[in-house]
Amino acid sequence: MDFFGPVLDGFGVVLDPTNLLYCLLGVAIGMLIGVLPGLGPAATIAILLPLTYGVEPVTAIIMLAGIFYGAQYGGTITSVLLRIPGEASSVVTVFDGYVLAKQGRAGTALGIAAIGSFVGGTIGIIGLTFLAPLVAGFALDFGPPEYTALALLGILLVATISGGSKIKALIAAALGLFLATVGRDIFTGAERFTFGNLSLADGIDFVPIAMGLFGVGEILYNLEERHRAAAAPVAVANVWPSRKDLKQSSGAIGRGSVLGFFLGILPGGGATIASLAAYAVEKKRAKDPSRFGKGAIEGVAGPESANNAAATSSFIPLLTLGIPANATMAIIFGALLIQGLTPGPQLITEQPELFWGVVNSMYIGNILLLIMSIPLVGLFVRILRIRAAILAPITALITMLGAYTIRNSMFDVMLVVLFGAVGYLMKKFGFEPGPLVLAFVLGSLLESSLRRSLLVLEGDPTGFFSRPISGTLLVIFVFVAVWPMVKTVIEKRKKANALLSETKVKEKV
Amino acid sequence: MRADKPPHLEEAPAPDEEEILTPEQLAEVWAAEAPEPAGPVANLLSSLVALGLGLAGMLLSLKLGLGTPAEPRPGMWPFIVSLVVAVLSVVQVVIGRTGGKDGEKFSSYSWYAAIGFATLIGMVLLMPVVGFEIPSLLLCFIWMRWLGGERWRSATMYSILIVAAFYAIFIAALGTTIPRLF
Repeated sequence: MDFFGPVLDGFGVVLDPTNLLYCLLGVAIGMLIGVLPGLGPAATIAILLPLTYGVEPVTAIIMLAGIFYGAQYGGTITSVLLRIPGEASSVVTVFDGYVLAKQGRAGTALGIAAIGSFVGGTIGIIGLTFLAPLVAGFALDFGPPEYTALALLGILLVATISGGSKIKALIAAALGLFLATVGRDIFTGAERFTFGNLSLADGIDFVPIAMGLFGVGEILYNLEERHRAAAAPVAVANVWPSRKDLKQSSGAIGRGSVLGFFLGILPGGGATIASLAAYAVEKKRAKDPSRFGKGAIEGVAGPESANNAAATSSFIPLLTLGIPANATMAIIFGALLIQGLTPGPQLITEQPELFWGVVNSMYIGNILLLIMSIPLVGLFVRILRIRAAILAPITALITMLGAYTIRNSMFDVMLVVLFGAVGYLMKKFGFEPGPLVLAFVLGSLLESSLRRSLLVLEGDPTGFFSRPISGTLLVIFVFVAVWPMVKTVIEKRKKANALLSETKVKEKV
Repeated sequence: MRADKPPHLEEAPAPDEEEILTPEQLAEVWAAEAPEPAGPVANLLSSLVALGLGLAGMLLSLKLGLGTPAEPRPGMWPFIVSLVVAVLSVVQVVIGRTGGKDGEKFSSYSWYAAIGFATLIGMVLLMPVVGFEIPSLLLCFIWMRWLGGERWRSATMYSILIVAAFYAIFIAALGTTIPRLF
């Protein structure tokens, strides 16, 4: 019972009333921001970081995790009722969900989505429970070269998988790495880029960067993006799906959950890609693919199960390797650092209560979310009527006052606002702030592992390739970095060949 | 959009006008509604800014000293990172010379974001002087009335309610030391 002892102890942690309350708070906030288009989970978690200062680490992370997976439930509601995805991970749900709603089956779509989300989430937690200790055990032998390779690969994948220009995302990531070097050099004690400023000697604080780039940046952006106007939501009748619907979607839910779980583990993967992949799989498997887009219930069930499973499993790389798989995980990473905890393979053994407390809280969170999305769904549909104009100043005030309470410093608030402007401009010019924040969080780990490895390898960079794990990871790194270029060249050549043969044909004629 | 109408009433298509769209058609509608990409000038400017940052980083790192791979000095790593920024920026200048699909053009609504930013800065400057209540009230009102298109009455009412709620939570309940008037 070596394995299950700490797992069961984790339930003791969750059932502590404070933790239960924060779990409820987290999932309710998650559900809310999922329903309200605009702020995503990364921005919300960034804005609420100050809330985590006064509480125990496990309580804080339980709440932040709840916001993340709760948002996956809430995002469905606007997709189905308004044809507006509440979250990026619910985009494909729009295709069949809204059509179902038009056919008067909004309740069915929401009910199946809720059940699929619950199943996906639960399978994700069970998978997490068994896989995480294995991964952590494997990673215990990792030395600095492995960490260097892992961090590099993680940053690269997150940057190249994000939408928009990949090169711009990589520039943002490199700038994040640079910002992380500001302050005292841990190896030599020399001050870097502080310009004699004392408050920079300890480095740039993570919280103002995250709150500014994600929080205020998104708030400013939303002020401009004057919402594609919301139509009145479609009326929701019976949310309990019939036995026939359940039977029809059970396969999709199962497949979506498993697919989502595995895609969620990959760096740069996560909920959005999982939902897209699950939709594609369902469409491909269907006997009659033309039903998709015309109200196929599997088109809702698959992606909704997948995005929840992925949201859960994306905690695995964070909690076992200390490598966040996406921007939201980068902020939770930051939150753990604030609490004085460094996520990594030793977390499970050194902080079993935190680890299993957080993991097991997800069971409770998913049950709470199921209750919120089936019997209480009417309440959230009504929340859709709150106008963005009234919500915007509320989120702004929460951010400003929250930023002040961290250290009672007006300077911090100013920083948050300035980083907000930077975040807004980055977005307008096509630079995603996500890779920057992720790279910033991993920056010091990457630099110190790199320098330690070079010490071990006596300054010979080829040594990275002679170790099996770091070598494999770096080969993947090179492949991911070079593949897009190779692909463009091949495509160009194909086009040129096609043109060439065309002209030849013409010449012959 | 005219500012005196609540935004949620704008552009709302009558439900019966909405035909059922296939995913491909829907994607087209979204693409048509999406803001225009930022364009070649914006790409050039932003890439040059990034290039400038990269070059500045390289110079500053050189001053710290590079050392050798076996014995790196403090400037080595920041130098590598800045070099990556600079090289990629040059690549982006070339690749993005025709514009590309990323980014968004500034529109007349971008003033909303600028005004929003100005009010936030104003609040930071005023808070230490007169406490958070009046700046918050002004911020709420400006954001609702002019940036959000609420009516005078609802903007006033909601602003007062929101600030009262924040006072209750942050001052009365949590007892934080946020600068305040009352």
